[in-house]
Amino acid sequence: MAMIAEAVPVDAAAVGQPGLLRVLICGSVDDGKSTLIGRLLYDSQRIFDDQLTALQSDSRTFGTTGDQYDFALLMDGLEAEREQNITIDVGYRYFSTARRSFIVADAPGHEQFTRNMATGASNAELAVVLVDARKGLLPQTRRHSIICWLLGIRHIVLAINKIDMIGYDQSIFERIVAEYSAFASRLNFSSIVSIPVSARDGDNVMASSRKTGWYDGATLLGCLETIDVEFGEAVKPLRFPVQWVNRPNADFRGFSGTIASGQVRRGDPIVVAHSGVLSSVSHIVTANGEIEKAGAGEAVTLTLADEIDIARGDLLVKPHQRPDVADQFAAHVIWMGNNPLLPSRSYLMRVGTRWVPATVTLIKHKLDIEHLEPLAARSLALNDIGFCNLSTAAPIAFDAYSDNRQTGAFILVDRYTDQTVAAGMIDFPLRRAANIHPELLLVDKTSRAVAMHQQPCILWFTGLSGSGKSTIAKVIEARLHAAGYHTYLLDGDNLRHGLNRDLGFTDADRVENIRRIAEVARLFVDAGVITLCAFISPFRAERAMMRELVEQGEFIELFVDTPIEECVRRDPKGLYAKALSGSLKNFTGIDSNYEVPEKPEIILSTMNHSVDQLADQVIHWMKESGHIA
Amino acid sequence: MTSHLPLHLKRLESEAIEIIREVAAEFRNPVMLYSIGKDSSVMLHATMKAFFPGKPPFPLLHVDTTWKFRDMIKFRDERVHALGLDLIVHVNKEGLERGINPINSGSSLHTQVMKTEALKQVLELHGFDAALGGARRDEEKSRAKERIFSFRGANHVWDPRNQRPELWKLFNTKIRQGQSMRVFPLSNWTELDVWQYILFEEIPVVPLYFSAVRPVVRRSETLIMVDDDRLPLDPGEVPERRRVRFRTLGCYPLTGAIESEAGSVAEIVSEMRAVRTSERQGRLIDSDDAASMERKKREGYF
Ligand SMILES: Nc1nc2c(ncn2[C@@H]2O[C@H](COP(=O)(O)OP(=O)(O)O)[C@@H](O)[C@H]2O)c(=O)[nH]1
Repeated sequence: MAMIAEAVPVDAAAVGQPGLLRVLICGSVDDGKSTLIGRLLYDSQRIFDDQLTALQSDSRTFGTTGDQYDFALLMDGLEAEREQNITIDVGYRYFSTARRSFIVADAPGHEQFTRNMATGASNAELAVVLVDARKGLLPQTRRHSIICWLLGIRHIVLAINKIDMIGYDQSIFERIVAEYSAFASRLNFSSIVSIPVSARDGDNVMASSRKTGWYDGATLLGCLETIDVEFGEAVKPLRFPVQWVNRPNADFRGFSGTIASGQVRRGDPIVVAHSGVLSSVSHIVTANGEIEKAGAGEAVTLTLADEIDIARGDLLVKPHQRPDVADQFAAHVIWMGNNPLLPSRSYLMRVGTRWVPATVTLIKHKLDIEHLEPLAARSLALNDIGFCNLSTAAPIAFDAYSDNRQTGAFILVDRYTDQTVAAGMIDFPLRRAANIHPELLLVDKTSRAVAMHQQPCILWFTGLSGSGKSTIAKVIEARLHAAGYHTYLLDGDNLRHGLNRDLGFTDADRVENIRRIAEVARLFVDAGVITLCAFISPFRAERAMMRELVEQGEFIELFVDTPIEECVRRDPKGLYAKALSGSLKNFTGIDSNYEVPEKPEIILSTMNHSVDQLADQVIHWMKESGHIA
Repeated sequence: MTSHLPLHLKRLESEAIEIIREVAAEFRNPVMLYSIGKDSSVMLHATMKAFFPGKPPFPLLHVDTTWKFRDMIKFRDERVHALGLDLIVHVNKEGLERGINPINSGSSLHTQVMKTEALKQVLELHGFDAALGGARRDEEKSRAKERIFSFRGANHVWDPRNQRPELWKLFNTKIRQGQSMRVFPLSNWTELDVWQYILFEEIPVVPLYFSAVRPVVRRSETLIMVDDDRLPLDPGEVPERRRVRFRTLGCYPLTGAIESEAGSVAEIVSEMRAVRTSERQGRLIDSDDAASMERKKREGYF
């Protein structure tokens, strides 16, 4: 077997080839993924003598390949890693030939595969889908292909492996190829190249095999080296996400970023996607001097002809090729969080260089990724893929993911654990932001507040059932009213029975309950009223969302701190007794969680203070902070 | 000059610049770990490019074990001066007082106290919330799975089982009080990429990378350079003068030299293409025991 590739000399750019290809290798467990990656590294001489010596002894001890090297053992698939459970995580390998350098994402196909596959696929330009020739297409083969397609990979190499074990039989190869083509016809890949290989022996991996005389196509490596993955980014519309404002001195103000797609030339007219403000490019600055033009993938700094307001998070584009700007859109969402997606909950969305609060407003359906069928769903669990409507706190600029993988992608981050809980691919805007510029109201919050001689705010009481929220809130409202303030108390009694009577007590319903209350409270504040809200409101995320709905200083969180034992003892409505006997489900503090506030403005300890003392404490606080006179 | 860069290096450079800018934009108080070696030199070069015509908006940090090659310290001071940058040098004073050193304490304890502990000390002292480092994924097994933005919990601990998925270039930079981020802009570079980039961009590196006649002693298959008189010689042991160079640089008593004729970057690149051993072979830290790097990293080692 001659399989020595020369390791990277030539200037790849000179041959007109992309110098770097990002490849994802996927396939069902045991189809030979590790063996194939090991083989590619070995054949391109990326495995060093000290590693080979270790491999040789490992192969004899643990291997399944007799006297030959067992490349699967190289891929960290060693016990140490299995024990630590990081085999389920994506790893990256590097090798190069004279024509290209390769970054190989290796996403083991165990549980959690969707999350890992999606992560590996998000940056890959091509996927090698491995199939064991003896087994043919497996459910995992289909799932992996669908995820590749969803994540925007357009080039597939179907590597039909272990060809040695079927006697190099052409008819079996062709049957699998036909079956795959039939399946993939729904996925409009730009190219599918099928190659019979033996990862173990190296047939058709780097060198053409004599044993498959009937096959006259490219070897796997030959294909990876030459395939044109359409570096079409350069002919797409310009998208320049501003990453950093470079202002070393008063004379220089540049906008640094990496061009996501398209090209920019000196003198080009440019528009800020969000604001629509126009200018033109005066210089393209790099450390190697000014340049005339720059294209997709280049990290540059632009200076503009006019002093306009631009910050990190803005997207610069050309005036005749604008992206969508909207605050509601439909997207495919891959859920990666250990806790399920809750519609209405506020997450942080990162899109381009911008962070913005976002909620999933509707799950239209969940995708069965073996058959590409829609399924009904109310929530998404780990590894589910849903087609959803989302809404952001401010309009964002984006393209459809199918048009642009950089500007059409987003992640969602949980606001409390800071974990990345979802990856999203935007499909289309639901309504354009241009149409929803809020009506300019002549009478606004300030004028209403002035007329009422007060400063509106929300006093938000949170705590366990029976902790004393409503009791304390009622006393405070009476005191404020007596002092001439305009107030309103929102609590379970006036909302659960009316506006929210369609909601139950599941986590999803609790989130929606609070969302509606928050919107109502916001309207009251807008009307100028001092609004008291007494709700268990067990989740931090919703309380944070409420805080964000209004202006700074308008939201005052009061934690009514009563130990659960005491609440159970008081049990004014007999609910704890029911919950403890199991006849009442999802009861906060019993079988549903209460998340204690991290930094409430006021803590009301009911164990050692009377209701009047607590009311004094709140009134005093409001005076000190200037909320009342 | 950039136009001469092979396309794959150009893409790697752009990626590094993007990551470095991201750190400057998203963190309150970042710092760049500067370990003086080739990877740090490349990272620093990309950093200068990232903020041109401005200067990097964060300082450099060198954790000095007091056992670095003298040429490294000299090079460090010259570079920092030439570029007009801020450099923080930190030594673990308690470690010194306890007499920790690579010769009597063993490489493992020395590294633990003078590098890992020292790094934590200085990160906490200045309240740095993000630290850029020049590590590459191809260096070592456990790095292959590490993120570019690698989250560290309280006490700088890395939890390999619970890493944030990293999709597209949408890095999750969110951290809170007491947590921090280690960021590796050269994650996707190989050793050969680093040398080729140094060649094309004419980046200065410590002369120890180039072959020269140097005084060395052979200790269990490894050539150790006698960089100063702190290295105790066995009775009758006489340093030999051999033509050697270093593939990686660290504390001199823990860093093995290789015999080589490569006297220029171009020659190193050709040598690299033919090389048949992995980079870490010359580092005595790693061979202490098999899973040593993994363990160190969990404890907060870079
Ligand atoms: N005969 C033969 N065996 C193979 C081939 N490729 C992989 N194998 C064997 O199939 C088994 C599973 O391979 P592995 O690479 O671990 O699969 P993975 O789970 O997809 O990474 C191992 O015992 C390999 O040695 C091949 O081309 N021919």
